[in-house]
Amino acid sequence: MPSGAELIRSVKEQITEVDPKDVREGLSRNGSGPVVVDVREQNEFEESHLPGAVHVPRGFLESRIEGAAPDKSREVVLYCASGNRSALAAHTLQSLLGYESVSSMTGGITLWKDRGFDVEVPRALTAEQRTRYSRHVLIPEIGLEGQLKLLDAKVLLLGAGGLGSPIALYLAAAGVGTLGLVDDDVVDLSNLQRQVAHTTDRIGVAKVDSAEQSILELNPDVRVVKYQTRLDASNIMEIIEGYDVIVDGVDNFPTRYLLNDASVRLQIPVVSASILGFDGQLSIFKPYDGPCYRCLYPTPPPAELAPSCGANGVLGVLPGTMGLLQATEVIKLVVGTGEPLIGRLLLYDALAAEFTELKVRRDPECPVCSRDPGSISDEEMGVFPDYEAFCAAAG
Amino acid sequence: MATVKIPPVLRSSTGGEKEVPADGSNVAEVLEAVATQHPDTRRQLFGEDGELNRYVNVYLNDEDVRVLGGLETSVGEGDSLVILPAMAGG
Repeated sequence: MPSGAELIRSVKEQITEVDPKDVREGLSRNGSGPVVVDVREQNEFEESHLPGAVHVPRGFLESRIEGAAPDKSREVVLYCASGNRSALAAHTLQSLLGYESVSSMTGGITLWKDRGFDVEVPRALTAEQRTRYSRHVLIPEIGLEGQLKLLDAKVLLLGAGGLGSPIALYLAAAGVGTLGLVDDDVVDLSNLQRQVAHTTDRIGVAKVDSAEQSILELNPDVRVVKYQTRLDASNIMEIIEGYDVIVDGVDNFPTRYLLNDASVRLQIPVVSASILGFDGQLSIFKPYDGPCYRCLYPTPPPAELAPSCGANGVLGVLPGTMGLLQATEVIKLVVGTGEPLIGRLLLYDALAAEFTELKVRRDPECPVCSRDPGSISDEEMGVFPDYEAFCAAAG
Repeated sequence: MATVKIPPVLRSSTGGEKEVPADGSNVAEVLEAVATQHPDTRRQLFGEDGELNRYVNVYLNDEDVRVLGGLETSVGEGDSLVILPAMAGG
């Protein structure tokens, strides 16, 4: 039997080797160039790799190469650290898997770097993050790239109550990097039937502080930004600016209209839900891409037709159900996967266990989103027909 | 005969009914039939001028009647109408 060194030598005689400068020339051809595959281990790839290289560790070569290079007639260049592992891998692809044009880069990435050619130093998860988010990284629709987007994302939660609690916990668990919390309330015993981010021993504590504690206990990766205040026309633009997605779980109409107008001005998507009794509504208002809140509801109902959860009650689980549907939509928006709930309104009837989907169209005469965002003034934000009477009736 | 789905806030006006069967060839007639069967819903659906209140959205199957023919939109046998008021609870 040959020694390892003899085997590598003999394999190299049976495959094609290619010089780094030719690989570099091939990479500069972009789409028409070869598929360049790094066959080293995860930690080596993370340290640095050839620009545009895809990673298929040699141990997973046979099971994963077809994902990276599905077209067996296309030119494939493999490389490793010095050119031995890639030679063996090239031999496998050529003789066992039928790849028609495989080569191994001479001298590997070591020679590539010696020549002074550029390498890409990728962003990577820490070892702890790799374990924490492993079940995300395993789903192709999220993967490492999606997880990095989540870690970079800034999501603002309006309300740290019924809807806000499950959203905060699950987005924190999912690794959303920055969570803003807006709530001016303190934890009350009657909240605990549904507001699961808070605890019995934190009654009387500000909801933003209580929620922050739960978030950080779950995932210290998350940066929590607290706003212990009520949103109003004077602070809303300053608070929401810079966030990628806003999650609306506020409990009153004036704030919902105010939020709509400010988010249209700043073109920030709002994942919106509302709940009452056993019923929930959910939609995404993505300015100029789909309808806004005013397209759906040009004017709020009078107070007697718009009872609050405080006055009329709500099934404790319902904000969990609706909040997690919101959290799911947030993750889809951030990662850029799936069909977001834009232009669609989802109704959930918990008693009937029934979902109904309705279409929501942009209103060509919408007082807000039919206009240029720059033309919406501070004074009009949050105002709706009969606003004065509405607020007077609502006390 | 169309079926009209009643939202939670209006159910106290329909004796708790979640779905009300109603006759009519268009949206206006169907809603009028609901208001006749359950008079307490009339004030909530229609303004003093007889027009549908602006805060009440009505969907024929899954489409907003405002983008169809409004109250004149034809309603067929077996169609479903959804009355949808805004909710603000959070």
